[in-house]
Amino acid sequence: MAQTVLHTANTRGAADHGWLKSFHSFSFAGYYNPDRINFGALRVLNDDFVTGGRGFGEHPHDNMEIISIPLDGALQHKDSLGNTATIKAGEIQVMSAGTGVYHSEYNSDPEHAAKFLQIWVFPNKRNVEPRYDQITIDATTRNEFVQVLSPNADDAGVWIYQDAWFNMARFDANTAKTYNLHKEGNGAYIFVLKGSVKVDGQNLDTRDGFGIWDTDKFEIEASTAAEFLIMEVPMKF
Amino acid sequence: MSMWFKRVIMINILIVCANQPIAATIARLIEKIDDWHAAVAFSLNDALEACYAKKFDVILIGAGISQAQENVLCLHLEQLEANTPVVKHYGGGSGLLYAEIYQALKHKV
Repeated sequence: MAQTVLHTANTRGAADHGWLKSFHSFSFAGYYNPDRINFGALRVLNDDFVTGGRGFGEHPHDNMEIISIPLDGALQHKDSLGNTATIKAGEIQVMSAGTGVYHSEYNSDPEHAAKFLQIWVFPNKRNVEPRYDQITIDATTRNEFVQVLSPNADDAGVWIYQDAWFNMARFDANTAKTYNLHKEGNGAYIFVLKGSVKVDGQNLDTRDGFGIWDTDKFEIEASTAAEFLIMEVPMKF
Repeated sequence: MSMWFKRVIMINILIVCANQPIAATIARLIEKIDDWHAAVAFSLNDALEACYAKKFDVILIGAGISQAQENVLCLHLEQLEANTPVVKHYGGGSGLLYAEIYQALKHKV
């Protein structure tokens, strides 16, 4: 029988650094909640808001798959691998931090804030050669799951070192679809970006998170026009 | 006249990480917390030397240390009857660090 966990938007850890406001679905930095450490291999889900003209100075990462999905605005990325890129809404960026990489992320538009999701997934292989990739996401398809991440370099979306699949979706109201998990032992964490959906009978509103596991599929129905992200990850890793 | 003494419990944390700049960053973050002290080992040999010299409360395994090396360290800690939690550090910075240490200390108690 499916097991579930609900994380409503207002139960997330909140951090306000002035130029950066962040909501943490799981323990991160100064936010520590022993009941909110991870959902399987999904370790970090931060909902970030960066003031125009500000950003994260150079800082290190290692041994994490770091996925950034801008929702509004753009960020300038620069890293120690030599990559320099702008990532904007409608794109997805991945960094396999591996043996270690330094990077900075900066909102160079002084007039507009940048909003983005920063997602960290435990890798299934430590100490890999660091790598970086970014692609444009299909923004036109409606009422279908659009795969934006998988373990396979040859598959749709970016790829990471983990048996994880991410799908984004834009559903019209009353659209219902069944999501079939790709791998036994995986669970799915649904994060609602806009609108309201119902998953396995549970109503979810904007910025609510819902994890479901010990099942091979679940139905998701949009109660209103909705946008959401499904992050399927191994529950044991 | 009574005298009140504050018993300061120093938490000693060993960072085992081959990436020296990241190890230094982690050490700096640990030292920001009152009563936490960081030591750094850039290799398995350095870590073993440190563990035979001093008992640590938590050992963090960072980038560049293989599972095999971690296993060797754990074996030595067993022989020392150190009862020191050895946890993999992920991320290389402050994001996960404090939660990893709090979780390790919680399970140790």
